[in-house]
Amino acid sequence: MRRVRATLAPTWAVASIPVYSIVLAFAVAAIVVIVSSAFTETGFDPLLPLKAYGSLFAGAFGSGNGIANTLVAAAPLMFGGLAVGLGLKAGLFNIGVAGQFLVGAFAAAVTGSSLANAPTIVGAPLAILAGAAAGAAYGFIPGYLKARTGAHEVVTTIMLNNAAVLLLTWAVNDLVRAPGFSFPRTGDIGQSALPILAGRNLHLGIAFAVSSIFVIRWVLDRTTLGFEIRTVGANPNAARYAGMRPVFITALTMTLSGLLAGLAGAIQMLGVIGFYAPGITASVGFDSIAVALLGRSDPIGILFAAVLFGAFRAGAPLMQIETSVPIEVIDIIQALVILFLAADLVVRRVFRVRAPKVEITEMATVTGSWGGTPPASAAR
Amino acid sequence: MSENTPVLEMRGITKRFPTGTLANDAIDLDLKEREIHALLGENGAGKTTLMNILYGLVTPDEGEIRIDGAPVTIHDPADAIRRGIGMVHQHFMLVPVLTVAENVVLGQEITAVGGILDMTAAERRIRDLADRLAFSVDPRARVDQLSLGQQQRVEILKAIYRGARILVLDEPTAVLTPQETHEIFDVLRRLREEGTSIIFISHKLDEVLDIADRITVIRRGKVVGSRRPAATNESELAELMVGRAVSLRVDRGQSHPGQVILEVAGLRALDDRRHEVVRGVDLTVRAGEIVGIAGVGGNGQDELVEGIVGLRKPIAGAIRLAGRDMTRLSVDARRDLGIAYVPADRQRFGLVLPYRLPDNFVLTRYAEAPYASGLGGFVRQDRPIRSEAGRLAKEFDVRTSSLDVPAATLSGGNQQKVVVAREFRHDLKALIIDQPTRGLDVGSIEFIHRQIIQRRDAGVAVLLVSAELDEVLDLSDRILVMYRGRVVGSFTAAEAQREKVGLLMATGEARP
Repeated sequence: MRRVRATLAPTWAVASIPVYSIVLAFAVAAIVVIVSSAFTETGFDPLLPLKAYGSLFAGAFGSGNGIANTLVAAAPLMFGGLAVGLGLKAGLFNIGVAGQFLVGAFAAAVTGSSLANAPTIVGAPLAILAGAAAGAAYGFIPGYLKARTGAHEVVTTIMLNNAAVLLLTWAVNDLVRAPGFSFPRTGDIGQSALPILAGRNLHLGIAFAVSSIFVIRWVLDRTTLGFEIRTVGANPNAARYAGMRPVFITALTMTLSGLLAGLAGAIQMLGVIGFYAPGITASVGFDSIAVALLGRSDPIGILFAAVLFGAFRAGAPLMQIETSVPIEVIDIIQALVILFLAADLVVRRVFRVRAPKVEITEMATVTGSWGGTPPASAAR
Repeated sequence: MSENTPVLEMRGITKRFPTGTLANDAIDLDLKEREIHALLGENGAGKTTLMNILYGLVTPDEGEIRIDGAPVTIHDPADAIRRGIGMVHQHFMLVPVLTVAENVVLGQEITAVGGILDMTAAERRIRDLADRLAFSVDPRARVDQLSLGQQQRVEILKAIYRGARILVLDEPTAVLTPQETHEIFDVLRRLREEGTSIIFISHKLDEVLDIADRITVIRRGKVVGSRRPAATNESELAELMVGRAVSLRVDRGQSHPGQVILEVAGLRALDDRRHEVVRGVDLTVRAGEIVGIAGVGGNGQDELVEGIVGLRKPIAGAIRLAGRDMTRLSVDARRDLGIAYVPADRQRFGLVLPYRLPDNFVLTRYAEAPYASGLGGFVRQDRPIRSEAGRLAKEFDVRTSSLDVPAATLSGGNQQKVVVAREFRHDLKALIIDQPTRGLDVGSIEFIHRQIIQRRDAGVAVLLVSAELDEVLDLSDRILVMYRGRVVGSFTAAEAQREKVGLLMATGEARP
């Protein structure tokens, strides 16, 4: 027993703040639900949050279908979370996942639809590769700009997000618009769709996403490239001193981050959406940031965080049907989670968690990106 | 109040940190009027904690503080200042863009009607005060244009201006040249005559013997002895401080210089603000020889060293290793040729503080076999990394509870040993060392000095840069003095007298 506790202690030291943040977020959201219930036809009901959370859980995990929905929603978040997390490891805050996701989805849609009648074994891999390459290229731009000119990746990726939306709207309208539809869109991906493994929608992309978690974990922990990325993030001066090239690592990391975001777009396109039309939602981009922060940039943490956020999406409809608590409560919970992660002092105070002596805080990169002052523990 | 009541008494002060470390263990200390009382101890002995308690920055677990015989509780620094306690920290707390006068009156500004600042009055009062203490400080000068020695005087002025009767100086000479140290000692003696009582914190034995009326030695949070300077000597104090006999002077032995290994010719380089701070340096280091560069910090030494190891691109000049031009090579290409480098700032360059020790022990060799192999050197190999870390930790006596702690948790001395252990390889040609013992205690210094001599005797060309003149003098076979980006003097070990070298460091000229 003591042995178990000793091996779990380091994990808990990292995971305690995220776990407590989730607990607090659910608690605060419960107050919102109770108060707002008084103004609806259901009437004031102090037990409503419990019922709502129960339905949420049942919707996400209570049936085979629910679990499949959860995993389908989690898959792009795993890639997106890895994209943001990898950047944070190198001290880079990639807010451009939304744009890289769209570019990846578009490239996969165009490639997939042009191979719509080819066998899946040909079409799907090529479409995925196209999505990855497009995302990588779109991530390379801010990476190169940062490495060459020092232009901050937060500024450039925000702008590139807008550029992606407008560029792709134009491309769909004028370059690859499929005939025979009343609105601009690409053709169907047809045979290039990812095979369904089980049930209605459990597609192969999920297996791909989960294996990527372990690949990135291996790269970060066990390879010289991962060591270089982490060292550049933790102490760029020491990285230079050790003979690494921070400039190159910065550009490379942003490219890899874009590649992962592009993969998120590609599997979402090939597993769920099926064709590209302007206005497809890129909410994955911003949820990915939340997933990476909740997972503390650790691939395994990102796996859990992505499944949690996927469960929110998958379970919310049942919650609304059974308890009339609106789906938007999920957004409140997600926002609160991030709020508590950022304000970890509050969480430490409530749960009496002692601050660790040293840590690489992703939040320091994030707050630093906005010109904020990193907390004292990270400034040293 | 009787004549003999001390102005300050600290009785049974105990402070335990949450980690369980006993920083202060029932410490007794008293300070008489017009006394300079030195507090001597290694890093981490508890000197600074004790003074932080006095200044209201740390609350003691037990113990009592009395001022003029009356028990007091000091809640915060404002409280301490009100009770006449002034503190000069190791790192100056001045606003660089403000003038001397503005810094001194900060928080206690003199205002005319309507809250308008009356700087003329402030400057007059400061000039009076400075004259009385025979300070040469211009109240209108901007602080960022003053030397470190002058900045320190501003700090002292600030404390006195606020009415300090008890002045605490935390390692005041760490950043000063020998001349500046002499000057600050004169200032302290004058303050003593004026009636100020002074606590002087240091780990430098010669200074303590020179300035103090009484010396109290602290080791591991306990007072281990109190001496009068006349009745003791350096080796007794060192032994008290460390807890065992220490050799203060390294036995340099005979050097046997061989052929020229490192050659720097006409090197010019810019600093980060793009000012030319290395302005044509020529030097050579032979195999089996230690060449020391003396100079006041900020005269281009750091940039010179960074140019040699490849971290800074020179704007002119050449660097050769054993005849091979390496001016354009990268940091790791130079390292592959046999250059090792101990950087001045171990926390900024030498270590990745959140990393555990094994990763830090191989930081500069992470991509080499056997630490990385497989898939073309892509996969890191845990076992060789760990065994190398274990070996180095043992050989260099790095004291830690485990290898799996972040480097940040080690003491400064042990952190430095990690860097030194990693860089002092056996296949070296040239070893570049910048500030090898900055902030270390006597025991660690002794150890690292012996390691440097050992590498020299093994035929390595050693280039040593240090702000500690004594360190350069003790270790070097040849001494170069750097002033404003140039080498202004060169001495053999036999020729180099402390005063002569110090004067050259301070003025760039051999005669005042």
